[in-house]
Amino acid sequence: MEIARHWRLQRHRYSLVGEVCNHCGVKIFPARDVCPECNAPAKTPYTFSGKGEVYSYSTVHHPPEGFEHFAPYVVALVRLVEGPLVAAQLTDVEGEKIEIGMPVEMVTRKLRDDGSKGTIVYGYKFRPVIAGGAAVVAKDAAV
Amino acid sequence: MCVPRPLPTCYSLGLGRDKLEASHLKIMKPNRDVGIVGYGAYVPRYRLRGTEISRMWEGEQGCTPPIKEKAVPGLDEDVATMSLEAARNALKRTAIDPSRIRAVWVGSESHPYAVKPTSTIVAEAIGAVPHTLAADWQFACKAGTEAMQAALGFVGSGMADYALALGMDTAQGRPRDALEYTAGAGGAAFLVGPAEESVAVLEGSTSYVTDTADFWRRQHEHYPAHAGRFTGEPGYFRHVIAAASEIMAALGRKPADYAHVIFHQPNTKFPRKAGRELGFKSEQLEAGLLVNDIGNTYAGAAMIGLTGVLDVAEPGERVLMVSFGSGAGSDAFDLRVTDAITARRACALSTRDYVVRRHEIDYATYARHRGKIRME
Amino acid sequence: MRDVSIIGLGQTPVGEHWEKSLKDLAAEAIQAAIKDAQTERVDALYVGNMCSGTLNGQEHLGALISDWVGLRGVEAVKIEAACGSGAAALRLGYVAVAGELADFVVVAGVEKMTDRPGEQVTAALAMASDADFEAQNGLSFVALNALLMRRYMHEFGVCHRDFAPFAINAHKNAVGNPFALFPHPVTADDFCAAKMIADPVNLLDSSPVCDGAAAVVLCPTEIARQFNSRPVRIRASSAATDTIALHDRRDLLGLEGAALSAAKAYKQAKLTPKDIDLFELHDAFTIVSVLSLEACGFAERGRGVRLGAQGDIAIGGQIPITTMGGLKARGHPVGATGIYQVIEVALQLRAQAGANQVRDARLGMAQNIGGSGATVVTTILEAG
Repeated sequence: MEIARHWRLQRHRYSLVGEVCNHCGVKIFPARDVCPECNAPAKTPYTFSGKGEVYSYSTVHHPPEGFEHFAPYVVALVRLVEGPLVAAQLTDVEGEKIEIGMPVEMVTRKLRDDGSKGTIVYGYKFRPVIAGGAAVVAKDAAV
Repeated sequence: MCVPRPLPTCYSLGLGRDKLEASHLKIMKPNRDVGIVGYGAYVPRYRLRGTEISRMWEGEQGCTPPIKEKAVPGLDEDVATMSLEAARNALKRTAIDPSRIRAVWVGSESHPYAVKPTSTIVAEAIGAVPHTLAADWQFACKAGTEAMQAALGFVGSGMADYALALGMDTAQGRPRDALEYTAGAGGAAFLVGPAEESVAVLEGSTSYVTDTADFWRRQHEHYPAHAGRFTGEPGYFRHVIAAASEIMAALGRKPADYAHVIFHQPNTKFPRKAGRELGFKSEQLEAGLLVNDIGNTYAGAAMIGLTGVLDVAEPGERVLMVSFGSGAGSDAFDLRVTDAITARRACALSTRDYVVRRHEIDYATYARHRGKIRME
Repeated sequence: MRDVSIIGLGQTPVGEHWEKSLKDLAAEAIQAAIKDAQTERVDALYVGNMCSGTLNGQEHLGALISDWVGLRGVEAVKIEAACGSGAAALRLGYVAVAGELADFVVVAGVEKMTDRPGEQVTAALAMASDADFEAQNGLSFVALNALLMRRYMHEFGVCHRDFAPFAINAHKNAVGNPFALFPHPVTADDFCAAKMIADPVNLLDSSPVCDGAAAVVLCPTEIARQFNSRPVRIRASSAATDTIALHDRRDLLGLEGAALSAAKAYKQAKLTPKDIDLFELHDAFTIVSVLSLEACGFAERGRGVRLGAQGDIAIGGQIPITTMGGLKARGHPVGATGIYQVIEVALQLRAQAGANQVRDARLGMAQNIGGSGATVVTTILEAG
């Protein structure tokens, strides 16, 4: 149990909050307080859209301790539309063909569950973008 | 054991203590006009077919299941994560700053923690903290609509400009119990705010509650218990029909005044039967009747029915929503859809987008997803 | 600054040492190295180790091991840089002798991994990555390398089977190494059929979890021959870093830490890649071999994988690698690996590599990598 540590990170984890450099405009995730491009201080919070595409991916068959209940699960580097790469799990992908370049969107899910007595850690994962428009199609069909 | 038995065809209202005539009832409506500013649904993508459950417990020659299939949450989903996605969908249909939301209230019977609010997780993640109320509501399947009534009152009183009410569940049915066929997962979020910003304005609301133990779960018990057929007439029908009749009487409406009606939907039979008894046509139930595709989403059931209706409703149409929570009670809401709906509904995924997103799983995968396999 | 040489080598077999503890293994290697160096005097002990805290419940290895091997009283510390711990310790030993702060320094690397179940080892190894933004998202260390490999395959249009020569070469060379964990050959079909760990990385792409210890003795080159007739001179020692997290890299497949570390080493030694006779690289995964070859100037970007198919990496090839089995087949007791690599280069330069001898080897390079490329220590050795 690392309650304080997860609590410190939850703002970043729940909603993909990073930073923007006020000097050169680069969007930063994870937050690091110093711009990786121009080394200027960068402490202005920036909430990412959560949209991106798969840059690389793998399936973890041998999980680290704490993740056994979820295995096998898919992990990826996601290139956010705002620029940064993010390392995260892909979720809701059973039966889906995963490819580099595939559009994904951020969701907040359970990252780990420290047993029935511990806390639940929530954070960002990415899933294939859900196609919209089903209601419109249904309505048109009804007409 | 697999299908609820047919119900008695008649039952009565006013079992002695319902003395108050509907016409004398003060309908619940705040002085300030309020309504639904934003709405959002969520249904997980996994589906377990009824025939797969009957194969498990009845063999290959099993009986006809009560619904086609039910939604099952993913391994990494719970009421907090699902509420969050519904809340985000509701917010996408508005342009308001989340820090103006003065209450985040989550109704559920499957909160991830026994002690520690689900609502703070949602409030933190959407950016409603810190100047907000956050609480978890519990009243079986009407915990969400109860939160919604409170939100309507909270905004209507002027204490808040906006309040977020959610009904969401990952319902658990005991293996082989009749409820295993229907106990689904999903729900909805409603951002309540001023009528002038609303996609649906509240015309009135009522609540009808008695102490009737038809379904319950004791502390530390994993699965709920129920009183079999007792949940039908003295539970569901008595409360649903009373609440619906009272609100229509108080507002001087008849079933034909509504384009859509949504009832709590533990299966397909109960809401259809309630509709028939009250004089609604089956078409009026259609848009809001999702149970056959996603199961009974408990605290989310009536509310996600309403999001299904708002996805297709036309400006000016009237909508009646009646929930039911075991224990027992019903909340009824009379809503009028506004012009704002047309532009606003396209701003987020529709209920149907989630309903048609499906990945079928077998009973073994379901057992794993629902924690029925002991791993330690 | 003084010139520094290696005068003593000691290693334990790499394996599952059920009967030996962390300190037993360390002692065995250190005592062998001191014996090989024929010196009585030790001024300092540097111990490279990654996981003793998490896997052995024991930190403070400097004091623990110095006492256990009979060096009570000497300066002794543990140095940690993930899988690069061994070479990082060597680098500090080198600095101490070169900087005239010590004359005789023992540098040991030790790792005892088999005392814990697999998930705990996986979690311990994941500590080499960014805990908050990689490991806590469920990314194992293998998975990080799998992300590199998948991207490499995508960008350069190569398939998984193209990496087979790296595993085959390592296993073939391990046959001639009495200290190797897997002294048996594998085929391309074995490679393709191996159990998946984190796709596309399978078991034969990966180095094994195991126990082992290795040690060297350093002293100034000017007195080295008094102790050992075949000292090995350290021509260059350099360390560099990159971002610990893959997602923060400017160029995911560039392995910039390795490029920077190698460039500094070449500059110090006044050499180019063409001068290097053999290269003990950090083949924790086949993809890392490929990226290292490219980053260190032995192949152009995207073409490193071809060195395998062309036979260039074999003993007798253009740039022999993993000549004693490498991390893949000698084994990868993480914090000890950097020292095993240096010992293997030294054995080649001392012409003591037996059946695996690289003919006329004069200059050899070892490169030890911590994490997925975040700490990179490069050492160039020359026959003395």
